[in-house]
This record gives sequence, C-alpha cells and structure tokens, in this order.
Amino acid sequence: MPDSMTAAVSAPRGPESGAGGGLRRLARRRSTIAFLMTLPLICVIVGLVAYPAVYAVYLSTLNRRMDEFAGLLQFEILVDNETFWLVVWQSCLFAISAVLAKALIGFWLAHMLHHIPTKGQRKWRGMLLIPWVIPPALSTLGWWWMYDPTYSSLNWILAIFAVPAVPWLGEPWWARISVILVNVWYGAPFFMIMYLAALKSVPEQLYEAAAIDGATSWQRLRHITLPMMQNIISITVLFSLIVTFANYDIVRVLTNGGPRDLTHVFATYAFQVGILSGNIPRGAAVSLFMLPALAVFAYFILRGVNRRNREMA
Amino acid sequence: MNLAANIHGSLRAERRWALIIAYVSLCAAVVIFLLPPVYMLITSLKTNAEMSNLQGNPWLVRSPTLEHYGTILGNPLFLTFFWNSIKVTVLTVIVTMVISVLAAFALARMRFWGSQALATGVFLTYLVPDTLLFIPLYQIVGGLGLLNSTWGLVLVYPTLTVPFCTWIMIGYFASIPKELDEAALIDGATWSQMLLKIFIPVALPGIIAATIFAFTVSWAAFVYPTAFITTPDQMPLTIGVVSTLVRGDTFAWGQIMAGALLAALPPVVVYAFLMDYYIAGLTAGATKG
Repeated sequence: MPDSMTAAVSAPRGPESGAGGGLRRLARRRSTIAFLMTLPLICVIVGLVAYPAVYAVYLSTLNRRMDEFAGLLQFEILVDNETFWLVVWQSCLFAISAVLAKALIGFWLAHMLHHIPTKGQRKWRGMLLIPWVIPPALSTLGWWWMYDPTYSSLNWILAIFAVPAVPWLGEPWWARISVILVNVWYGAPFFMIMYLAALKSVPEQLYEAAAIDGATSWQRLRHITLPMMQNIISITVLFSLIVTFANYDIVRVLTNGGPRDLTHVFATYAFQVGILSGNIPRGAAVSLFMLPALAVFAYFILRGVNRRNREMA
Repeated sequence: MNLAANIHGSLRAERRWALIIAYVSLCAAVVIFLLPPVYMLITSLKTNAEMSNLQGNPWLVRSPTLEHYGTILGNPLFLTFFWNSIKVTVLTVIVTMVISVLAAFALARMRFWGSQALATGVFLTYLVPDTLLFIPLYQIVGGLGLLNSTWGLVLVYPTLTVPFCTWIMIGYFASIPKELDEAALIDGATWSQMLLKIFIPVALPGIIAATIFAFTVSWAAFVYPTAFITTPDQMPLTIGVVSTLVRGDTFAWGQIMAGALLAALPPVVVYAFLMDYYIAGLTAGATKG
C-alpha cells in the first residue's frame, strides 16, 4: 500500500519541488503516528500479559515464604504429590471428553440448522445460543440446584423413565460427569455457530454436482463438507481445548474441587494452593504446568489461521 | 429427462426425511439447552414452602410469587454488586475500544517496523487464558495496592478483551477498500480525520460487534474478581451472587436464582436485540482473521 499511495500522491503533483524529501518525512511521521497509536496496545500486552507470564516463572522458583530462591523445588514437590497427578488426569479427562462432545454435538446441530429453510434458521439459532450468552458462573448455579441431592429436578425427570436417582455431585465419577455435562451444555452452542458459519461458506454447486453424480449423503459429507470445513474445525477444536483445559468457573461453583479433591482441574487447584492457602510460588508452579499443552495448541492454531489467510488471499 | 425426474424425486424424499430429523434434533436441543435457565426462572417464582415440599412435580409453580425478586432488589448489597459490575464493565469497554480501534487502524493500514510481529502477538495473547495469569497478576495488583478495589479489575480486564477486539477490528479495517483512504489522502486528510470520518463509520458493524464482545466478557469475568476481591462492597455481580448469596446452612434458593437471573439479564438483553452483531463478532475471529 505505501508504494501505490506514494505513486498516487506524487504522480499528479509532479511539479512540486522537494516531493522526495516530503514523502520521506511523511513516511517517518507515519511510522511515529503508528507507533503512538499502538502504544496502549503494547502496554497491555507487555505489561499485563508478557510481564506477568515471566513473573509467574520467577514466582515459581521461590520458596514458600518468598524470600529465597528455591530453584525447581516447587515443581519437584508437585511431581511427588498424589493430588497433583489427580489434577493432571482430571484436567485432561475434562478437556478432551468435553471438547469431543461439544464438537460432535455442535457439528450435528449446525448440520440440522443448515438443512431447514433459511427463514426459520434465525429463530432456532437464537434460542440455541442462549447457554453461551449467560455468564457461566451464573448458569452453573442453576445446574447446581438441579443436581441438588434432595430436591434434584433432574432425578425427578429420570424417575419418569424409571431410572434410579443419580448421586450427581456426591460420588467422584458422577461429579466428574456432572462437571463435563455443564461444560458441554455451555460450549456446544459456540461450536454450532462456528460450524454453521463454515457450512454456509461451502459453495452449493459442489453439492449439486455431487448429487448428479449420485453421491450418497455420507460421501458428500466425507468428500465435500469435511475437507471444506477442515480448517475451521481444527481451529475451533484447538481453541476450545485451550479454554476448556484452563476452565475455572464451572468447577469452582459446582464442586469446588470436591469430593475429596477429585474434581480439581489446574485452574481451581492453582487457586486453592496459591490464593486460598497463600502459597503463591506453588500456585504459580501449578498453573505453569498448563503451559506446555497450551503452547502446543496455540502453535497449531496459529498455523491453521495463517494457512487460512494464505488461502483467502 | 426420466433420469433427471428420478434424481429429483429421490432427492425430494431424502430432503423430507432430512427435514424431519432436523426438526426433531433441533427441538430436543432447544429443550435441553433451555432447561437450566427455565428451571432457574421456575425456582425464583416459588415460595419457600413450595420449594421445600418434596411432593409433586418440581417443574411446576403452583402459587407464583415475586417475593424473591422483591427481597433481592431490596438488598443494598445486591444493588452494590450491580453498580460495581456496571462501573467496571463500562470503563473496561471504553478503554478496550479506544485501545483496539487505534491499534487496529495502525496495524491494518500503516505498515511499520514490527507491525506483522505485533499482529501475531495480539493473536497469541488472545490465546493466553486468564487462569494462567491470575497468580502473578494477584501479586502485581497487590503491589499497586489495588486488591479489593474495582479499579484493580478495570486495570486487568483489558487483558481479557483487548486482544480479541483488536484482532477482529484489524479484520474489519483490512476489508475496507484502499481506494477510499488513498482518495482521502489526496484530498489532504490527516490520519485522525481518516480514522474518524472514514474507518469508524464504515467499520461500524465491526465496532458494535467488538463492543458487545468486550461488554459480555467483562460482565461475565469470574477468575479475576474471585482472586482479587474479598470485601463484598467491591464485588461485581458474578462473584457477589456466587459467594455472598450462597452461604449458611439453608440456601435461599429462590433468592439465589432470582439474583442469578437478574445478573444474567444485561448480556441476554443485549444479545436479544443485537443478535446478528453478536454472532458476527463470535465468528469473525476464525472466519475473518
């Protein structure tokens, strides 16, 4: 753009003397202005994200009283800690199963929405996105109340189908499933909306051509829809993996880590250790354990987004 | 001709079945998706006596009452939460939009040294979750003496909103045809005139989408207020409802649900009126970026 602009500016006003110097001054002024305009952004990124991230690494190398350098002590203690491994396991279980379920449900619903006449889509989409709109900390309160052992309205519904009462939050495995259930409920609409946008961008002629060639609906899905949506699917899944892996509110409101610390994920455990028990270095170390997984996800997202940009350019 | 009619007929039969399956799935999904908010509403309308009565269908209200809404709206603490949320959210939205619009304009239109790296950096910071940063930020905010203060929240909330808003604004600004600003430059417009007279009006849908995003995220923020605020009079709604209403041996479920629904109302109302912008902002990150 700079070249075309300078050409546009200088060509019709050739006679004006000192155009070259003026343009150079203009370019220099432009980059000064640009720097000033991005300065607040740089302050936020450096001051409130990059610096705290580095500071977290520093904090994690201190001893508990935070007056001495302790090297990798905090990490060593965590690696020997049984509860910590439960946290690692629970976080992975939570993130992988919830994202898988969200992606499948979202994909299914997006397809169904895409099938019905365009006129009705808006209304359905509007209703289906509501779980995503309510702040999750508040909607989880509603779930908590539905799971309540004595008054459980979910068990009441199950009883209609002669299913015995489920101890939703009382038993470790049910508590794990309950937490995942709420996360799926909250996140599936997001996947649906992303996939619907992707589906709409697949050219209709491709399907028409396939139909004339006698392709079955499975073949159309396998050979047209999935390849065309591949990039969006991977970006959405990876993004959701990050957000779900680092989730805090649902576990905090629903179980607060219980029963017996069995539903803690990284974020709630880091909170418990770092803020509530006041062991800042250990808490920082817990949350830093998320970093390798997050970095891998972020790398692949960035690759997907760049590839998409190249395709669209 | 015959073949074409045949294909047409089988297509139609297939379409009809697909349509039936589609409506059945969508109905089931709507029922499940709306179950929790509806049950919250039902609970908030029940009297305490009806709630503790274990006989009968918990999904029905026999004698609806607004007493819980009355109690919660008469509770000065709840009104303080509401006010704190409004204050923090409005300030955050303003700060966010100023920062992101300026930066996105510079990044989309003025190539300068490091601009490409900065754009990538914006996207990367968007991927850093708040739960990775709350412990160091707790120390930093504490060092500034801003723990237990809504100002501490106004300071850190931009980390949640600025990266994504900048990112989608870059996309919107980049889609504006370059002829427009070239014409403006030839006419002798300054950069600020260009931004205010051309870019902001043309990219208004994007600005609305980004504003909605910043609003929703700041309103729903939970990790930072939970970590930084322990005195009730500085709490925003999310943590206020969760921590102060949920206390004691007998939960006042009617009040909790009434409070939670009222707290969820602003984002839901915004969504109801500006759904298309909301969805545009949601999908812009991946489909535009």
